[in-house]
Amino acid sequence: MNSIAIIGASLAGLRAAETFRREGFDATIHLVGDEPHAPYDRPPLSKQILAGDWEIEKAWLAKPEKYDELALETHYGVAATGLDVGGLAVSLDSGTTLAVDGIVIATGARCRTIGEPLAGVFTLRTLDDAIGIRAAFDAAPDRVVVVGAGFIGAEVAATARELGLDVTMVEMATAPFERSMGAEMGAVLADIHREHDVDLRLGVGVSGFTGDDAVTGVDLTDGTHIAADVVIVGVGVIPNTEWLTESGLDITNGVLCDDTTLVAPGVVAAGDVARWHNRHFDETMRVEHWDNAITMGTHAAKRLLHGESAGAYTPTPWFWSDQYDRKIQLAGRTTGFDRFELVNGDVESRTFAGIYGRGGRIVAVLGFNRPRHVMRYRALIDSGASFDDALAADI
Amino acid sequence: MGFKVVVDFDLCESNAICMQIAPEVFEVRDDDFLYILNETPDEGMREKVEESAQRCPKQAIKLEDLSSEDE
Ligand SMILES: Cc1cc2nc3c(=O)[nH]c(=O)nc-3n(C[C@H](O)[C@H](O)[C@H](O)COP(=O)(O)OP(=O)(O)OC[C@H]3O[C@@H](n4cnc5c(N)ncnc54)[C@H](O)[C@@H]3O)c2cc1C
Ligand code: SF4
Repeated sequence: MNSIAIIGASLAGLRAAETFRREGFDATIHLVGDEPHAPYDRPPLSKQILAGDWEIEKAWLAKPEKYDELALETHYGVAATGLDVGGLAVSLDSGTTLAVDGIVIATGARCRTIGEPLAGVFTLRTLDDAIGIRAAFDAAPDRVVVVGAGFIGAEVAATARELGLDVTMVEMATAPFERSMGAEMGAVLADIHREHDVDLRLGVGVSGFTGDDAVTGVDLTDGTHIAADVVIVGVGVIPNTEWLTESGLDITNGVLCDDTTLVAPGVVAAGDVARWHNRHFDETMRVEHWDNAITMGTHAAKRLLHGESAGAYTPTPWFWSDQYDRKIQLAGRTTGFDRFELVNGDVESRTFAGIYGRGGRIVAVLGFNRPRHVMRYRALIDSGASFDDALAADI
Repeated sequence: MGFKVVVDFDLCESNAICMQIAPEVFEVRDDDFLYILNETPDEGMREKVEESAQRCPKQAIKLEDLSSEDE
């Protein structure tokens, strides 16, 4: 193999690049990304950077010295527009075509939006988004409305409250994070937001925004109108696969990989854009979490270099989310869980750990300020332990 | 040869990712603080500690080469 192109210059792409070098690959590596910046970390965008606690520099994923060491051919501000799978060639919007021996697809995802662009309405995915929202917060808005109480919404709401802003959060489901942690635990999170004076509207959707030049409010599906001068929309993401439309690859909800992250001969994928069958959970999944971008980027690079000996990619997905003074972590998959038990602490103190079971096996663990428990139970999930053994475990 | 594990405790938020990868070196205890069990692990632990440094969400872990420090 003489040259590799990594498409998408963010977490998964950069970790793949580092892995190629660590594994001894010393020929050309192209790193192509359509953002104007070098790779940066996204989690601080809704936390430290939005709160104003961190300088932007702290979010860079690697220091300049690191890039000297990696010796990458970087193409920032350049988008891939097409992939010739058989010919292993990537066309770029700069007019160039990169013909290589191996390709990593790591183009991530972007925010879903509602309606036409309107001043004062934001989504949060990029550094520039965060800078824009921060400026809007600094202008002392009367009310911030957050649409969607998922990851991004709940964190932005928490940060905005900590900045002393008036916040209303609207969520279609009956609880925040309902899909990932279930209704019962989602209700605990809802209470935490209410305790921090978020006006939480559950079970109701958004039908549109009001305002001509700039947003003045949000119309809800139950007929209510909420006045707002800043609106943050956090209603999920869409994988960035448009550039693969003509490639012939399966791009239904992300680019489909086999169990080992291989998409086609010489092509692998990793991170938020990649869908694959995780044998350990017997589930085809696309994971939109930070740790997965790292481990999958690493695995995909090894798969490309070493072939099938790299093995199947079978991680126990894990995420954390910081909201107020709570560190929420969930490891595993709660899909179709049939049991849930608290294993440490209590819900009232907002400090606890609980485990989820499916078909007699432990499949997930949730912790509120219980990192040690999450990691210990995660090891049990990795090893395929039964739910009863996990309950009896001395942790 | 050899290396030293350094954690920036101002950055660390005790989420125990490092402990999962290298329990021989890192431990988050019941008080929710991270403890370094062995600041100068054997060379054989280098790969695991490097992985911990990579996967630490706060980039709080550094490996310092002991030999270069002596120079
Ligand atoms: C505000 C925010 C907070 C988050 N907080 C957490 C958290 O607390 N915990 C957690 O586990 N996860 C969190 N995440 C999720 C985590 O950041 C993502 O899972 C991770 O960034 C995925 O990395 P990736 O490299 O796969 O994709 P991305 O980071 O999406 O990067 C893909 C890159 O490819 C570029 N690209 C797209 N199309 C093209 C093209 N055609 N040509 C060239 N380049 C292209 C994109 O512009 C982008 O730069 C958060 C995300 C956001 C936005
Ligand atoms: S992974 Fe990083 S932040 Fe987490 S406990 Fe270890 S050093 Fe601290």
